[in-house]
Amino acid sequence: METPLTQNIRPGQEPLDREAYERAGGYQALRTALKSMTPAALIDAVKNSNLRGRGGAGFSTGLKWSLVPKDAPHPRYLVANADEMEPGTFKDRLLLERDPHQFLEGMMLGSYATATDVAYIFLRGEYTQAAKTLTRAIAEAYAAGYLGKNILGASYSLEIHLHTSAGRYMCGEETGLLNALEGKRANPRTKPPYPGVSGLWGMPTTVNNVETLSCVPHIVNHGAEWFRKLSRTADGGTKLYGASGKVKQPGLWELPMGATAREVLDRAGGMREGVRLRGFLPGGASTDFMTEEHLDVPLDFTEPQKVGSRLGTGTMIILDDGTCPVGMVWNLEQFFARESCGWCTPCWSGLAWVERILRGMEEGKGQEGDLEKLTFQTKFFGPGHTFCALAPGAAEPLQSGLKYFHDDFERHIREKRCPWG
Amino acid sequence: MSTVYIENRPHQMNEKQNLLEGCLSAGMNLPYFCWHPALGSVGACRQCAVKQFKDESDTHGRIVMACMTPAANGTRISIDDPEAVEFRRAVVEGLMLNHPHDCPVCDEGGECHLQDMTVMTGHAYRRATFEKRTFRNQYLGPFVNHEMNRCIQCYRCVRFYREYAGGGDLNAFSLRDIVYFGRERDGVLESEFAGNLVEVCPTGVFTDATHKRHYTRKWDLQFGPSVCIHCGLGCNTSVAERYGTVRRIVNRYHRAINGYFLCDRGRYGYEFVNSSQRIRQPRLRGRLVPAEAALGYLRLLAGGSVMGIGSPRASLESNFALRKLVGPEHFYAGIPSSEASVLALMLKILRTSTARTPTLHEIEEADALFILGEDVSNTAPRMALSARQSTRQQPMQGLERLHIPLWLDHPVREAVQNARGPLFVATPFATRLDGIATRAIRGAPDDLARLGFAVAHAINGSAPSEGVVDGTAEIAEALQRAHRPVVISGASLRNAALVQAAANIARARPGAALALIAPECNSLGLALLDAAPLEGALATHAETLIILENDLYRRAPEEVADKFLSRFHHIVVLDSLENATTRHAELLLPAATFAEGDGTFVSSEGRAQRALQAFVPPEAIAESWRWLGEWKSLDEAVAALAADIPALAAITSASPPASFREAGQKIPREPARYSGRTAKLAQISVHEPKPPDDPDTPLAFSMEGSPNQPPPAVTPFFWSPGWNSYQAINKFQEEIAGPLRGGDSGVRLFEPAARGNGYFPGAPRRFEPKPNEWLIVPIHHIFGSEELSRHAPGVAELAPQPYVALNPRDAEAFGAEVFCLGQRVRVRLAPEAPSGVVGVPADIPPFLGFDLPMRAEIRRAE
Repeated sequence: METPLTQNIRPGQEPLDREAYERAGGYQALRTALKSMTPAALIDAVKNSNLRGRGGAGFSTGLKWSLVPKDAPHPRYLVANADEMEPGTFKDRLLLERDPHQFLEGMMLGSYATATDVAYIFLRGEYTQAAKTLTRAIAEAYAAGYLGKNILGASYSLEIHLHTSAGRYMCGEETGLLNALEGKRANPRTKPPYPGVSGLWGMPTTVNNVETLSCVPHIVNHGAEWFRKLSRTADGGTKLYGASGKVKQPGLWELPMGATAREVLDRAGGMREGVRLRGFLPGGASTDFMTEEHLDVPLDFTEPQKVGSRLGTGTMIILDDGTCPVGMVWNLEQFFARESCGWCTPCWSGLAWVERILRGMEEGKGQEGDLEKLTFQTKFFGPGHTFCALAPGAAEPLQSGLKYFHDDFERHIREKRCPWG
Repeated sequence: MSTVYIENRPHQMNEKQNLLEGCLSAGMNLPYFCWHPALGSVGACRQCAVKQFKDESDTHGRIVMACMTPAANGTRISIDDPEAVEFRRAVVEGLMLNHPHDCPVCDEGGECHLQDMTVMTGHAYRRATFEKRTFRNQYLGPFVNHEMNRCIQCYRCVRFYREYAGGGDLNAFSLRDIVYFGRERDGVLESEFAGNLVEVCPTGVFTDATHKRHYTRKWDLQFGPSVCIHCGLGCNTSVAERYGTVRRIVNRYHRAINGYFLCDRGRYGYEFVNSSQRIRQPRLRGRLVPAEAALGYLRLLAGGSVMGIGSPRASLESNFALRKLVGPEHFYAGIPSSEASVLALMLKILRTSTARTPTLHEIEEADALFILGEDVSNTAPRMALSARQSTRQQPMQGLERLHIPLWLDHPVREAVQNARGPLFVATPFATRLDGIATRAIRGAPDDLARLGFAVAHAINGSAPSEGVVDGTAEIAEALQRAHRPVVISGASLRNAALVQAAANIARARPGAALALIAPECNSLGLALLDAAPLEGALATHAETLIILENDLYRRAPEEVADKFLSRFHHIVVLDSLENATTRHAELLLPAATFAEGDGTFVSSEGRAQRALQAFVPPEAIAESWRWLGEWKSLDEAVAALAADIPALAAITSASPPASFREAGQKIPREPARYSGRTAKLAQISVHEPKPPDDPDTPLAFSMEGSPNQPPPAVTPFFWSPGWNSYQAINKFQEEIAGPLRGGDSGVRLFEPAARGNGYFPGAPRRFEPKPNEWLIVPIHHIFGSEELSRHAPGVAELAPQPYVALNPRDAEAFGAEVFCLGQRVRVRLAPEAPSGVVGVPADIPPFLGFDLPMRAEIRRAE
């Protein structure tokens, strides 16, 4: 089984420096692209690879790159979204800390494809190790002529800057990120216009996730077809899947796209002794619960939707029977309520209300009618009603929690206490 | 126009607007908070949700925000769709989670947009049971009160304050449901437009701190349709009274002039009307006399040898009444020739120039501005807000390519970023517009005029110029490239060459508009009466001197004024406030202010507008024209004036005559819910008094009258069923942000001439600093430089202490304090000041009555 993203990563090993990365075949893709591929050809290759955005939304990467109008003005920007703040998600961290040049090469290729002049890495502030690793890697890349003026003798020039975030979940939303990068409040922006038309500082901007960009060198090196075939489904490539919760070995594994939760759980060594699986959030806090009956659903961008969830970031949070599902949902909603930027009413008001109701239930103050209010709120701040995807994402674990663990919610109200408490 | 289907019925809408604007323009009720007609849409509050359908066969539809959706042809929406109705109800429920429901003790109560929208959406029962969040409030200065617990996070305040008005010290802090809108710490709000927060805020977070000190509910106020008298722009205001005192001023929408916003001097200067310095009874040699006795004595004196001094802050009618009483040859403008000559020049240009005098709205839409010699933020503040918007015009021209509609506020700002269109500011000292100027140029007044002449010459070689001046090419090119360039100058530096230079530029660049700023509310009206300047009066003599609403100690040096006044046997003074001149009055007559009297004023734009009284004062206070003239009504006075002065013939149509009736009835000054009509004076008499007659206007001092929308010039307030707040303005406009129904009020006296005069010849010589002979230049202050508003406590609090502004090199010869014009004052370092030029605060004690600019020495204070 091929694991291109993690092929150079060994447990306990230092991050690859430029030389080690080059010895492993690194920067060949950049040479190939600059020498023999037009930006349009590169975009076509990525389109044909069926690479879809690994930040969670699953938008076709090649298509996103093609959304920058041909006659768009310069400077153009590319921003690598390394603000990995989705609860339970730590996949980008591995790529950033352990194989930074693979990611940088992906950034360079994405930049070349979109005729980008300046690229930024918007890094989660708490990822201090990644900041060190990236700082060194960027310096190495400049020294080797992979960045700067006339890269590798070609007419293409690119600057890359590292920006460490002051830290808020909202900064991970692509337009909130752009505002944060401009030094403004990380409120989301109106779309359209999309960043490809008017993004960072009003200029054409492409925003891609770290894992997404890290895939690109391999597509260039091995071709779109090879990349598609890595996957078991229509969505190309491999995927970093993860598992956290009461499993024997929480962790991260690169598997073919479309691997099942059962396979991931197997890699994690199964549930710890004494607890049983009750459900799982397949890809971070803002995805709907799936349960034991969904263990064999292929985790790609299509199949989980058929059972009311979605792939998200692909890093599962697992709920066991020794943990209160209401408490877990409360914990998540507390996070979302706290991270609401305060811009649109359904989000800031609805999440605050939901959080207080759930807290009340956990504290034994649940009331008749609470579940109706919660259900109403999941619709009120659901898709299409809010300014950005934060609140609809927050609605997902709550609405599916209410569906799958309804009895547990009711017990909290009936017994005026948390049965796990 | 586009056709939009609402509930399957076609409606005509302006396709350049969004659906919310379209629905409101069509007279429908759709609730909103974050959208503001001048600020555009941002989609934050989600209150204006409607259901949109793809086509006729789409029965499912989806929720969209009306404010974020273009009123495109063929759009199909439903306002009444149950899901949309329920969504809007839930939005208000969310907004109200933390709202304190303290309406009975809230100053906004009864005119609160949040109340109105809550009622409109039908949210009536609180389902949330948890505690509300609370905040600590801040002291924000004498004008604006802060009560953050009421906040619903619509972001209008910071959008207005920061993005629209350019303020930096009000911000949004924190996040989720605890966003705090305030300053980094307590302190006076820095923006001179902060008072607009009171109207921009949809609830009671920002309220009028002056109103709070003498609070009355909106429904208990009696209103007058007025015109601001604190500068020459003629912004329209709504004056509110209860129990004989003015309680507040709010904006009275006029699309061409003030739009939705006033400056803080215009909003808060009104408190002079309530001042303890008010003259309320006639006084003869210091003793109160009945009005009849005073009038009798006035007539006696007028029968003898008499001369009169008019005033740029008195109405046309009052100046005309005095002129008629004393005879035109004995009537003098109460301003020095240095100012009168510039005003006469401005008048000549208005009459003969081919350039249009722009409205403030047109300045807002200008795509290149050159401000020559005026510190607009302080001499005509509302114009500075328009100038600020104009700098967005040129960068916005590219947005069509990106398919971003101009009402979509944040995408527009994100695309434009910090790009600004051309704005050139040429003044002796720094101005508040410098920060957004393409270039700020400093120089002595004559050197700035030279720049202006050079710019005209660079645009058209036949315009005269004397040599090369730095910055010329850049300005000339920007004005030539623009589609709608505007040149702004004015009389504040009393420099004719500056005004001539501005006129030359407007002549050299066909299509450029020319705005000339007059210093006071009726400077231009006084100039139209063609009176000799004050110096003429100083040189003549009569038995009796009648002074109309003018403190001569602000127009001439103290010793000159003393000497002049000592020459008369009899001095009659008409004024509203006691001042240095009124102390010399043998006969002192109480003049009505704008709040108690009617009169016509001519703005810098050359627009004659009528300020109509809000109430009848209990004392003998009357308009000066009523004291001085023989007319029984305003219409008679206006008719006499129009007949006598052909240039002012058009002012008869500045507002409808007293005989005008709306649906057969007068127009009520009191809202329909005015309370206490029978109880207000019950301690005096239990019988309901008859409302005072109003022989002067079609308005009544009553809650009874026509319920219809009156003509704009006589609209005292905005109120509409279900729309109790200022936002009721939506119901009075032809379309959202368009003119009031009935058109822009007032009458423009000047339109561009078909064939203009030639160029003004000859720029002045270069300014040469002379040893110990400094050029003393006035620096105007929005708070302090204007005579009447200075009597408002809040304005007085913000007025600067006396200073002398010097550039640091020039200041080296002096210590921290100097003697200047006989006054010992502290030195303020002004790094931008031209060498040899010294600034002193204009018309602020002790610098009163000096004929600035003038050359004078400065001495070191030991």
